Amino acid sequence: MADLHFLANPARFRRFSQRVLPGLGFATVLMLAVGAYMAFFVAPEDYQQGKTVRIMFLHVPSAWLSMGGYALLAALGASLLVWRHPLAALMARAAAPVGASFAAVCLLTGSLWGRPMWGTYWVWDARLTSMLLLFFLYLGHIALSRAYDSPERGDRAAAILALIGVINLPIIKFSVDWWNTLHQPASITRLDAPAIHNSILVPLLWMAVSLLFLFVWLVLLRTETEIDRRRLENAEAAA
Amino acid sequence: MSGFTTLLARDLRLVLRRPGDVGVVLAFFVVATVLFPLGIGPETNLLARIAAGVLWCAALFAALLSLERLFAADYEDGTLDLLLLAPWPLELAALAKCLAHWIVTGLPLSLLAPFLGVAFGLDGESLLALGATLLVGTPTLSLIGGLAAALTLGAPKSGALLALLALPLCVPTLIFGAGAIETLAAGDGIVTHVAILAALALVALATTPWAIAAALRQAGE
Repeated sequence: MADLHFLANPARFRRFSQRVLPGLGFATVLMLAVGAYMAFFVAPEDYQQGKTVRIMFLHVPSAWLSMGGYALLAALGASLLVWRHPLAALMARAAAPVGASFAAVCLLTGSLWGRPMWGTYWVWDARLTSMLLLFFLYLGHIALSRAYDSPERGDRAAAILALIGVINLPIIKFSVDWWNTLHQPASITRLDAPAIHNSILVPLLWMAVSLLFLFVWLVLLRTETEIDRRRLENAEAAA
Repeated sequence: MSGFTTLLARDLRLVLRRPGDVGVVLAFFVVATVLFPLGIGPETNLLARIAAGVLWCAALFAALLSLERLFAADYEDGTLDLLLLAPWPLELAALAKCLAHWIVTGLPLSLLAPFLGVAFGLDGESLLALGATLLVGTPTLSLIGGLAAALTLGAPKSGALLALLALPLCVPTLIFGAGAIETLAAGDGIVTHVAILAALALVALATTPWAIAAALRQAGE
């Protein structure tokens, strides 16, 4: 972490991101194309799920990234409150909608998969519900960071919210699990049947890495935009 | 510690001078709960089954209603600035404000809920359990809501934002509070549920005052 402190200066970060972004974008597109080919043509159909197993290659990495994204928000929030890094606030502002989008993709693909498999778009399963609550926590973060006329105020309020949210996430997860087992036993909602075969696992991990590239690329690009936007606002205020 | 009691007494005295504010919250709680039988139908079995969830949700909304003004008056008239300058911990001030909020909303709601439960056809044991779980669970709502109120202090249209921030964080309390009455109906004791509710309240007590104080410091800057 200490080595990343040199990026805390927005101007230095901008030079860094401008050098990295084109290559990263190119790599992301290439990896996603290869991943899509693997997911659609190389990976075999599941003997029970048929073609719908291919949804998992988008669904599972989205779930991982939306959870990782919230951890990133909390880390950025801590870095803003402890070291007052101006860039942490801008990056949190950039990362929150990306994380929320991955949570939304996870929920949408999950319900599209659920329709043929479980016969319904939505069940009040513990996993679905906690992902929905994670999505709401993202929405709260986005709304709070943009609620004030002074952006710095919103940034710091959202940072506190992210830290409290990350403490509460395990508690929410635990209580939702408990709630579900109280009401209905796990029926068809078990994904972790036997161990996953390599022919499925390799495309899945490939897609996870490509989507991680996409995540990083989007966050860097949006952070750059936020830096420009903040500069414009400051210039307008000064003029 | 005298600062804590002074601030608590002041907040309670302010409410006593305008008892109508508390009355409105309690009236909202009653009206909101009464709407459910009207909307769902008067079958006693169904009503008894959903009673705990309905009463808990209504209590949660009622508690949120009054939170918007928790720090707002102090923020507008400058009291908050003095609290920020005062040479004693802002965390204690935050705790005193939340405790005052609980005494004037959480406590009366917990006492009132069993009477409404009668109208839903809950039996005596469930009514006691309802009151007990609300008594243990509502402090958490006041603390989490206090945090949301401090975070949204001074924001335009803070009411809806406050609810968006506080509700997901209140989910665990709601689950265990309403779940307790369900376990009772299944023939088990509610000790586990009450213990978990108390644990949630302690976690909130240990974390939120610091976060509220941090949020208030930013509002004062």
